Amino acid sequence: MGSIATRPRLDCDAVVREKRRDKKSAMVQYLAQEFRVKVLDILHDRGTGHWGGAASAAELLVALYFDAMNIRPDDLNWPDRDRLVVSKGHASCMLYTVLANRGYFPTEELASFRLLDSRLQGHPCMHKTPGVEMSTGSLGHGTSVALGMALAARLLGKSYWTYVLIGDGDLNEGQTWEAIMAAAKFKPPRLVALVDYNKVQLDGPSDIIMPMDPLPEKLRAFNWNVAPVVYDGHNAAEVLASLDWARLQTQFPAAVIYKTHKGRGVSFMEDNAHWHGAVVDDQTYAKARTELLETLGKLELAL
Amino acid sequence: MTVNSVAMREAFGDALLALATDHPEMVVLDADVATSTRTAPFGKAYPDRFFNMGVAEANMTDVAAGLATCGLRPIASTFAIFLDLKATDQIRNIICYNNLPVILAGNYAGLSDSYDGASHQSILDLAVMRAMPNLAVIVPGDAVEVRQALELALRRDGPTYIRLCRNPTPVLFAGAEPLQLGKIRKLRDGHDLTIAVCGVPTFMAIEAASRLAARGVSVDLLEVSTIKPIDAEGLTASARKTRKVLTVEEHTIFGGLGSAVAETLAQRVPALMRMIGLQDTFAESGDWAALMRKHGISADHIEAEAVALAAAEIP
Repeated sequence: MGSIATRPRLDCDAVVREKRRDKKSAMVQYLAQEFRVKVLDILHDRGTGHWGGAASAAELLVALYFDAMNIRPDDLNWPDRDRLVVSKGHASCMLYTVLANRGYFPTEELASFRLLDSRLQGHPCMHKTPGVEMSTGSLGHGTSVALGMALAARLLGKSYWTYVLIGDGDLNEGQTWEAIMAAAKFKPPRLVALVDYNKVQLDGPSDIIMPMDPLPEKLRAFNWNVAPVVYDGHNAAEVLASLDWARLQTQFPAAVIYKTHKGRGVSFMEDNAHWHGAVVDDQTYAKARTELLETLGKLELAL
Repeated sequence: MTVNSVAMREAFGDALLALATDHPEMVVLDADVATSTRTAPFGKAYPDRFFNMGVAEANMTDVAAGLATCGLRPIASTFAIFLDLKATDQIRNIICYNNLPVILAGNYAGLSDSYDGASHQSILDLAVMRAMPNLAVIVPGDAVEVRQALELALRRDGPTYIRLCRNPTPVLFAGAEPLQLGKIRKLRDGHDLTIAVCGVPTFMAIEAASRLAARGVSVDLLEVSTIKPIDAEGLTASARKTRKVLTVEEHTIFGGLGSAVAETLAQRVPALMRMIGLQDTFAESGDWAALMRKHGISADHIEAEAVALAAAEIP
């Protein structure tokens, strides 16, 4: 035993780990882009829905559902599953695309987005769509609900993680700050807020509509454990690293802030409030899809 | 008649303690009024199952919802006016839309926070709560029914609003059949008019009906403890017999018991109605009983209105 313990670590372990991480990052990056294409297709076909916030959250949602979260798509009520509350419910089309591709329901169903009698409501509904943990849409609810879920874990002796994905609009809502205060009071373990901080709202840039900087300092002042860096929310390697950071923490609640771009992936839609929820017309669709596919092709080469 | 008086808030606080062992899934949240709503003793006895959320009703209500999704049975308690109006979006979009089994305990309802004034008087909570799909709305008539409502809500697969008042009122239903969801309690059989009452004014209506009987006016007296789902069958049967219905509530006449009864009867049987309650107005500070009297919520006024309605010609 002693000789084994003193043997130097094999360098190739680290190399293999790094290669695996690179491969995982490339896969998350690719899937996020593939899902952007799918979301654009759906929004164009349906003529309704929100592109900006959906595209902004692509890498985050993929990294959570395809890597970070301990879930069982075939056992929806598994009590020990990790929870994600998507407080920015207008990202619904991206959430549904991720859930379907993760095996929660058939991908063919995505075409029914926002149609009468569909399970895919305009904003997420927990009683209609498999995998949706909480109905959202009215902003500001998610952090409170996630706090309740995390408190339940402690009370029931469970060790699942509770994530809440919040956007700029959520941060405008007073309730979010009530929840931030309360979470710091009760400190339930494994509660993590992920801020999709694209700084563009429905009416325009957050700095004009409702400035929220300096956000990390605000959260720290509210006694949250905030990640030491603001991560690039569109760089899969960084997103995966940020979730690794969160899972290594012992101080909760924890928050990770991501610099993101509303409408990410289409040059003329990025950071443009118009594409919060505008209808994707035929001409725009053709131009946007070409751009998305061009990037997708490049990402495919990295796989 | 000498009757024991108990405040609903005391009955509520006692019931929480009494039910805690049999319901380990029960947790209680309060918004910095636990001393007033009487959830504090539960918090002292079960600190792990009690959450004082500070003066932040919206957050409290959604935290309760989050707890409910994980199998717990949360009771969100604060003053009715702040629960129903500061957390309306949370009650609608999270609790009722998702049909989560959260118990909303609206305390100090009606005019019962009388000295604090109009800012604290919950006069339209029934109107708001009654409009929520999936939500059961219970207005206990005495301390006994408070505990029964709580037990019933803990067993219910969905959200329940329980309206509670602050002040001691007569115990009416000790030993009686327990409160049933969606069923009126028939307190007196009569044929000249129906009196439908909910909540604290029930004892006033009982007294008024007894005096009316002495004056030869026969009252079909119904306690409507469930405003939603309402007992349409029971109300219709009574109104078909009397054709005249007087409603009594510690609430504005718009959207509460009077409206619920009118909506029910208008679709089933013609009946002439009168409604006792706040007549589209805010109230003010003062002694509770005096304030109730000022707004016509008293045995005397019920009696007078009943006599007038009994004598009225049906158009």
